[in-house]
Amino acid sequence: MASNPFAHVVTKVSGPPSAVDYGADKLLRGVVWGAAAVILLLVAYIVFELGRQAFPAMLEFGPEFIYSTTWDVQAKQFGILPEIWGTLYSSLLALLLGGILGVAIAIFLTQDFLDHRVSNVFRTIVEMLAAIPSVVYGLWGIYVLIPLIRPGANWLHDTLGWFPFFGTSLSGPGMAPAALVLAVMILPTVAAISVDAFKRVPYKVKEAAYGMGTTRWEAILKVMLPSASSGILAALVLGFGRALGETMALAMLIGNSNQISLSLFAPANTLASLLASSFPEAGPIEVQALMYAAIALLAITLLVNIFGLWIMKAATRKFEGK
Amino acid sequence: MTLLHALKTAALAGCLSTFAFSAAVSADTTVNGSGASFPFPLYAKWAKDFSKQNKGVRVQYQAVGSGAGIQAFIAETVDFAASDAAMNDDEISKVPTEKGVVLLPMTAGEVVLSYNLPGNPELKLPRDVFIDIFTGKLDTWSDERIAKANPDVKFPDDKITVVRRSDSSGTTYVFTGHLAAISDEFKSQVGHGKSVNWPKRFVGAPKNDGVAAMIKQTPGAIGYIEYGYAEATRQPMAILQNKAGHFVKPGEDSGKAALASAEFPTTDLPGYPGTPDLRVWVDDPEGEQAYPIATFTWMLMYQHQDEENAKVLRDFIEYGLTEGQKDATKMGFIPLPENVKAKVEEAMKLVGSSK
Repeated sequence: MASNPFAHVVTKVSGPPSAVDYGADKLLRGVVWGAAAVILLLVAYIVFELGRQAFPAMLEFGPEFIYSTTWDVQAKQFGILPEIWGTLYSSLLALLLGGILGVAIAIFLTQDFLDHRVSNVFRTIVEMLAAIPSVVYGLWGIYVLIPLIRPGANWLHDTLGWFPFFGTSLSGPGMAPAALVLAVMILPTVAAISVDAFKRVPYKVKEAAYGMGTTRWEAILKVMLPSASSGILAALVLGFGRALGETMALAMLIGNSNQISLSLFAPANTLASLLASSFPEAGPIEVQALMYAAIALLAITLLVNIFGLWIMKAATRKFEGK
Repeated sequence: MTLLHALKTAALAGCLSTFAFSAAVSADTTVNGSGASFPFPLYAKWAKDFSKQNKGVRVQYQAVGSGAGIQAFIAETVDFAASDAAMNDDEISKVPTEKGVVLLPMTAGEVVLSYNLPGNPELKLPRDVFIDIFTGKLDTWSDERIAKANPDVKFPDDKITVVRRSDSSGTTYVFTGHLAAISDEFKSQVGHGKSVNWPKRFVGAPKNDGVAAMIKQTPGAIGYIEYGYAEATRQPMAILQNKAGHFVKPGEDSGKAALASAEFPTTDLPGYPGTPDLRVWVDDPEGEQAYPIATFTWMLMYQHQDEENAKVLRDFIEYGLTEGQKDATKMGFIPLPENVKAKVEEAMKLVGSSK
């Protein structure tokens, strides 16, 4: 009796972990590691498989593939500079439009402009944009957006035609409608993640700002925005990544013309659109070239992500003092 | 609790899928084909009606494109394939000889020029104008040669926006085949193939419906689509000048007239003595009433397979040649001329069982 009065408690509540606990821990650890490893392996396998199939084209066309401008299957000449240009140009334009709009929406939804319930409804509607299939965006672009912006675009061309951005007239598909649709498509991504970023900023921060006598806009622009900057930048990076890889809507709207033009109204082409349109009927050599183009797209996405991470880190250091 | 639930669901799903799987297997003789999207609406209808009429037999056809169809045929992953460009000698040589090849023209089609002008008047295009538009030399509707050929039409000042296919396609192959045959300049600058080096100004849209939609939405646009598609969507079609100098409307009769001038090679299919070579293109047909851009489209069959499949395939071809030709007219394809039909009837006997 005189031994340990807490024996029954020890065994049930605060005893050393049992063999089962160790086992469960090991199992969970294994599953989590496995899940992480699967992603890495998958990416590695995709890169390997693309590389294997693109290898003959890489040997044959070399770096010239990246900076030459002709895609002629009959003459066996392949170059993707116009597509790289079109991919980056359309995505940047979309990021500019969709980014500004998305962050503005996030501010509107989180900074007490709306009643809580109304803002939740609003947010759901914005997120629903993400559920619309790409091909529907494409059709909407062809049947609604292009006729809508054509008069304005052609007026801009007629009056300000000397300005390189308005250097050509808009006949139908082109960079402007493609970038506009792309902006709408990345909007839900940017808005939703930015909303979360704003919500993560402790309410006390805002209270402190008001306490120091800031106006509402000073609080939003000078305190809230910098405090949420790393999250917002993450939203922009994700949105940009989505824009780079978007395929179907762009294939329908951008005009698929292999030219490099600053004009917003000229037809252009993107890597994803090139892949989607050429793949189904491609011959053996063209398939290798397309694989090479896919690797280029992958590399661009990777670089953009690294660049984005780097900016995010810098922003965190500057604004959040971490 | 949730785990148990998940397990139950999984078990149920497993049962269901096994059931579905066994049902599919025990059903019928199924032959699968894939290839050209140009004749897809027609072949799909044939497959559906043929399968309905013959109990225990199913034919399936997938439109994956001529190129992919040929690849699948060489890789032996299908029972038959279809291609708008038939197969070239190199591709034929890649098919394992124990399977063997026979190429059968099954239907034909025309490629038409559709456009978007105010009120969509009838539009006549002389040859030189037609060539200049597609080499990119001519870019305005107010050209005097166009006005001269169409004295009753008032043309806008719009630029000509040429819409082309952005995906590689049999339609482009046929269309550029005609242009390359009538213009050396086109042949050297743009080329002949399923995807070619178009002038950069041209706008690309995917598939027939993409091109058609783009033309409809763009004032001053012109582009090429399949006749059947243009007919179904009531797009205006340009009247083209043929080799004899006549202006001819696209349609069944003018298409038949074009195909009538086809002369099949008298040699055998390379590598297969005794198998007729039924590959022929009418790049620039002779007849006075012939519409200039028309083509056959082929089914690719193996000469040797198991007897059950061979019989289904032969019946299917027979169906396509008889009942199927009536569908062709209705769906905007050109029925095979009698002489061609006879050749195919003869050649299809080669679709047989293993040696």
